[in-house]
Amino acid sequence: MSDQNNHHIVPYSIYFNVWLALLALTVVTVAVSYVDMRNVAILTAVLIATVKCTLVLLYFMHIRFSKLLYTVMILSVLGTYAIFLGLTFADYGYR
Amino acid sequence: MSHQTTAAVNQAHEHHDPVANKIGMWLFLFTEVLLFGALFITYAVYLTLHNWDFMAGSRELDRLMGAGNTVILLTSSLSMALAIGALERGKKALSLVMLGLTLLFSFGFLLIKSVEWSHKFHHGIWPGAEHLAAMNQGQQVFFGLYFTMTGLHALHVIIGALAIIFAAVMIIRGKVHAGRIDLLENTGLYWHLVDLVWIFLFPLFYLIG
Repeated sequence: MSDQNNHHIVPYSIYFNVWLALLALTVVTVAVSYVDMRNVAILTAVLIATVKCTLVLLYFMHIRFSKLLYTVMILSVLGTYAIFLGLTFADYGYR
Repeated sequence: MSHQTTAAVNQAHEHHDPVANKIGMWLFLFTEVLLFGALFITYAVYLTLHNWDFMAGSRELDRLMGAGNTVILLTSSLSMALAIGALERGKKALSLVMLGLTLLFSFGFLLIKSVEWSHKFHHGIWPGAEHLAAMNQGQQVFFGLYFTMTGLHALHVIIGALAIIFAAVMIIRGKVHAGRIDLLENTGLYWHLVDLVWIFLFPLFYLIG
């Protein structure tokens, strides 16, 4: 029995592999934070966090196995958010 | 039961729309993204304006507990995904065990969070504390954001735990099953969002020192 949103039932092993990848990325994040390079460390941490979020979205939240509609919705929201962030710094960055 | 009542009951079932329910949950998640997102933008601005103070504040937080909570939430997302997978395969008991594990992980998270906060309170750092008011403005902003954002997040963990309990009850009662699984899937979506928010909270508060 599969639900109408997925083509098939996702194998358990995929969930375990994603979990292992997430744990590994967490270790990397913590390790990088000990390299004393301040703003580079922050940027790296945010980038790694973005990768982790993508994995959670794609596999745990099933976007990888869902209709394109959901990808479009999510990218639209993230694009909107990027505009908020960008415009905010277009202001504060030059005060 | 009269013929009319049976027809009414059948009509109620016809109105169950799992696709609409899933899209609806995603729309709600987008409002959560903008809610926490606005707080993250606030954090980003003040990180830029009070860079040194933020890093000093970050060093006051316990990395081990923060990392521990990260591992707990990531694993809880795994158990949640497994719970859904189990129910998809018709394995009701396994699904309930996985949901129970997810719930235990959520309690573990809240326990560590409360230990962290009491440490801070013990050292005179809480919203409105005199000791905090005597610190640099930047550090005050840092801890204000720390309590606000981790507090709002913890509230979401509590709500998520309640939602998980509700889903488990529905499964036990047979209302949620392999053929009608969207309530559990949407509960999972909410739980994963809670995990996503923490994935960003952890490095930005605990690892920038």
